[in-house]
Amino acid sequence: MNKVGKSEARVDGYDKASGRTKYYEDRMPADALFVRIKHAEKAHAIVKSIDTQKALQIPGVVKVLTCFDVPDIPFPTAGHPWSMDPGHQDVADRKLLNTHVRYWGDDIAVVIADNEVSAMQGVRALTVEYEELPFVLDVQKAMEDGAPQLHGEYPHNILKHTQTRIGDYQSAIQEEGLIKVEGWYETPTVQHCHIENHGCFAYEENGRITVVSSTQIPHIVRRIVGQALGRPWGDIRIIKPYIGGGFGNKQDALYEPLCAWCSTQVGGRCVRIDCSREETFVSNRVRHAIRFHIVSWLRKDGVIAARKVELFSNQGAYASHGHSIVAKAMGSFHQHYPCPHMECDSYTVFTNKPAAGAMRGYGMPQASFADESNIDDCAHAVGMDPMAFRRLNIMPDGYRDDFTGNVNYFDSFRTCMKKGAEIIDYERKMKEYANESGPIRRGIGLATFWYNTAVYPISLETSSNRMLLNLDGTVTMQCGETEIGQGADTVYAQMTAEALGLKSYKDVHVVSCQDTDITPTGLGAYASRQTYVAGFSIQQTAGLLKEKILKYAAETIDRAESEMDIKDGNIIRKDDGQTLMSLKELAMTAQYNPVHSEHLTAESTFTIRNNAYSFGCTFAEVEVDIEMCKTKVVRIVNVHDCGSLINPALAEAQVHGGMSMAIGYGLSEQLIFDEKTGRPLNNNLLDYKLSTFMDHPNLEAYFIENPEPTSPFGTKALGEPPACSGAPAIRNAIFNATGVAINRNPINPHVLFAEFSKAGLINDPWKEE
Amino acid sequence: MSQYKVIHCNINGKDVERSVDVRASLTDMLRNEYHLTSVKKGCEVGECGACNVLIDGEAFNSCIYLAVWAEGKHILTLEGLAGPNGELSDIQQAFIDETAIQCGFCTPGFIMTAEEILEANKLYSDDELRKLLSGHLCRCTGYENIFRAVKKTMYRRLGKEIDF
Amino acid sequence: MYDMKALYEAESVQHAIQLRLDHPEAQIIAGGSDVLVQMREGRRAGKELISIYMIDEMRGVSIDEDENIRIGSLTSFSHITRDPIIRQYINVLGEAVDQVGSPQIRNIGTIGGNTCNGVTSADSASTLHAWEAIVELTGKNGVRRIPIKDFYIKAGVVDIRADEGEIQTAILIPKESYENTCGHYIKYGLRNAMEIASLGCSVNVRLSEDKKTIKRCRIAYGVAGPVPMRAPSAEAVANGSEISKDLLDKFSLAVLNDINPRNSWRASRDFRLHIAVEMAKRCLFESIKKAGGELE
Repeated sequence: MNKVGKSEARVDGYDKASGRTKYYEDRMPADALFVRIKHAEKAHAIVKSIDTQKALQIPGVVKVLTCFDVPDIPFPTAGHPWSMDPGHQDVADRKLLNTHVRYWGDDIAVVIADNEVSAMQGVRALTVEYEELPFVLDVQKAMEDGAPQLHGEYPHNILKHTQTRIGDYQSAIQEEGLIKVEGWYETPTVQHCHIENHGCFAYEENGRITVVSSTQIPHIVRRIVGQALGRPWGDIRIIKPYIGGGFGNKQDALYEPLCAWCSTQVGGRCVRIDCSREETFVSNRVRHAIRFHIVSWLRKDGVIAARKVELFSNQGAYASHGHSIVAKAMGSFHQHYPCPHMECDSYTVFTNKPAAGAMRGYGMPQASFADESNIDDCAHAVGMDPMAFRRLNIMPDGYRDDFTGNVNYFDSFRTCMKKGAEIIDYERKMKEYANESGPIRRGIGLATFWYNTAVYPISLETSSNRMLLNLDGTVTMQCGETEIGQGADTVYAQMTAEALGLKSYKDVHVVSCQDTDITPTGLGAYASRQTYVAGFSIQQTAGLLKEKILKYAAETIDRAESEMDIKDGNIIRKDDGQTLMSLKELAMTAQYNPVHSEHLTAESTFTIRNNAYSFGCTFAEVEVDIEMCKTKVVRIVNVHDCGSLINPALAEAQVHGGMSMAIGYGLSEQLIFDEKTGRPLNNNLLDYKLSTFMDHPNLEAYFIENPEPTSPFGTKALGEPPACSGAPAIRNAIFNATGVAINRNPINPHVLFAEFSKAGLINDPWKEE
Repeated sequence: MSQYKVIHCNINGKDVERSVDVRASLTDMLRNEYHLTSVKKGCEVGECGACNVLIDGEAFNSCIYLAVWAEGKHILTLEGLAGPNGELSDIQQAFIDETAIQCGFCTPGFIMTAEEILEANKLYSDDELRKLLSGHLCRCTGYENIFRAVKKTMYRRLGKEIDF
Repeated sequence: MYDMKALYEAESVQHAIQLRLDHPEAQIIAGGSDVLVQMREGRRAGKELISIYMIDEMRGVSIDEDENIRIGSLTSFSHITRDPIIRQYINVLGEAVDQVGSPQIRNIGTIGGNTCNGVTSADSASTLHAWEAIVELTGKNGVRRIPIKDFYIKAGVVDIRADEGEIQTAILIPKESYENTCGHYIKYGLRNAMEIASLGCSVNVRLSEDKKTIKRCRIAYGVAGPVPMRAPSAEAVANGSEISKDLLDKFSLAVLNDINPRNSWRASRDFRLHIAVEMAKRCLFESIKKAGGELE
């Protein structure tokens, strides 16, 4: 292999560096009408009426549509593949606009105007009459008897409850001499904050509807738009241009269905919906806030004897990805630290908060925070070094998970920890920081994360692609797996060049823009699946194309197919490597042969029935200013075993981004709601504390490259894993520095003030009780 | 009721004039009147830096800059940075070489601020560089490779050895 | 596109005054980093604006005939930070406004706008209070100069007489205030850039010749109350006192007699009180060091 495993420059680098890359808004037709959404200003209510008279009088306003006008079709929004099993289909619980307002920001009406200002004025001119209902924001309060009900068919607001039972927990905990380590761990609501807000535009063409959208999942969105509008799915065409990040938010149908419908309401004219940043925070999707209750029972030697875990996942107002997220989180516990007796229960619960969906890590940043915090508490309770405790209890070498069939082939956890510990000088620093006592204290912390690649066996895992031999011997490649910034197109080019035997990845032209009328069906960017899953279909399709090329070559140069191969863009003789013909010559000959002209192309679908673990860890070193209640991350190191790297520079960059997100998750990011009204308080980039350039140390990313046996290119998940273990590593470093174990993130100055006051590190003599 | 004004300015080295709605931001004017779509909209309230352009050599968020204020100004957008035949400038090339680009949405704004920093011909410390670049949010890169790209280019322009 | 009813562009101070008198409902806009954001949010949607941004005579820093430092109200934060007069005489002001928002915001934001919006969290405000700045207002009846503490009336309200067509034209720092004086500013935020202060503290001192005693100490806070405020009890503790570690403690605890921060979703009163004390201590320590005093 020599096309993969190299830090090639991005295929879209030049265009992005010169500013010519086109995102959805850069392709906007000049005559598009502006759609502005009226968002409810109640957390829970029934819309009784909407007075549209004033809005309609504003010059430029074309139409006002309300929740009383939309089709009576509830639809799901999650970016999951369609399930043939009705029991596994996503929950259809919202309409295009809703009379039953379930969160502050719910969509209740739209104003369509020929200019932006009139549309905004129109929205402000609407008068809404509500019947207010009691609301609930807390996940466990929502489960109580008498709590306000969001969806009639889900008593106690419980969307779903699942459980894991291993061994006999109740009997196991009777064992004499066990040490109990119990904690409640609380993770916050956060948002993806891709710099390009979601937006789209829609128009009708020959009786069909086209939507150009900033999405990660064009093929899935086509199906959802069809469902929401009650139209045959073939009537819908989705075009996905370059997008300014997604991180899972755009793994949902967001405003594509509403936009498509609005176009149909103005005679098929082009309409646009552009989310503002404020709308992105509240009326798109957020990451589930999950509350964990963990009880670990330890023997004196540090072995975990039994464990009980309860997970309460705050779904917000609509099901979106629903229980899948907390189910993944729960599923990690018995694999990450296997123990013979476990009881796990997870609940996904509706509340009057914004709908939670997919976000980078899909439940694992939350699970990692809780699990790795509890594990450090356990190590502390038995007086063991946190790394030694993990080495003792973490998934053993060769472990196999029966459900997925995944195997821990290379003892990845221990290998990654060993490497990270060497890089950050863990042992020495542990000793050095053992007795910190001054006003400024340093500490070091560690956390690991469990992850798996793609979604088999829970959902379908399929990828299709098409390759076309161009007349210059280059290859055009198309697939439904999307470039969202991570560098997917570049690694597809590298893998295609490798699989076909081209001279360079530059000889592959990846069609970046997906168009559901043209692009072979794929599922899109999620579950850290694309490099892994597309790898199979690229390998297979390249094989088919190669077969056709060699077959034609055999006809042309009178030699057996089996004697030939393709190398560096040439057809060669296998035995001595001699060049017989270039691909360009072959392509020209095949195309312009007056007797047998052939356009050499191949297309295929690969459905995988496997999955792969992807593990790693973070080491963090912090400096805590006790009186100022501030934490500075001095060093942070991530180590990943994500298999063989296709493009090491892109992989490193991917890890940096995840680490940054993890630092924000650990220290600063949180969407806050007013307890009295349910109104979001900080849904803008000033008040929501996304890390800036000045909030990071240098980010250090390292890899262990154990080739994944199930993958043709030896690769596995890397997109999401870097976002998982950073926050608990920082939490554990703060614990190490100060002796204060903090069980909630973000660990911002307000949390530190409260915790340090409680622990007696801060004493304000003037403070009244 | 609409109010328009003819605005004369120099954009990417060319003197131009256009009648502009006084309610327009400079972002609106550059994108809609001059089709300079490297000027991105990420928040429209001056928090993300995606719409950043240089005005008389200083970095401004064009979303909170009224188009009418462009009168008489020299404005540089990313489209104006490459040479006449599309040759990338050193900082643009460095963004590619250092893998400082992912989704690309914050890239134009970042490169324009980098350009202001580099034009000062000063050797900034790491902390100073971080502060000078802190008006841009990026969710893909963790800023790490952007930092490397700007720092390396700064050293190169000053003819100094890169100290990494 | 902003939802703006009309825009009036002033070409000179006199023109601005006339526009104010002609359009009493209109909002003045300097750099716009507050006003335009509020218009986008809908709070000021549909309003008329008077832009004074193009009045170049209101830019720049100079020393006037009475040896006051004179800062034109439209001088941007970044220009204040870079200005040689500011760097020589009142460096802390340059440092304070260098912590506003982000580099781009510091290029558009003006010291006039930062004070006229009457916001307690403004990064310039605590330092201007601590240095007893004078605000210059120009209206149809000429120039009026008032101490900055009188300029702030209540949260979001300052003493500008719209009916006299007034606009703020300069901020002055008198010689008696800046001579032989060194100061330090700490902004407390939840991140290191793009931040509104949770609390801002600005301290400055003038030391005795032998650098052992504080001749004059001034301290002011932002966000410790509805408007920026001085802490006179703490100043009284420091004035005339010998420099010691004990003094740092007494001084910082004395601020509790003066400040009155509130509980809000951004920060609790207890938290603000705690860091206010710590910031006072650290600011005084740094100010003494900058002034040449010694403290181990």
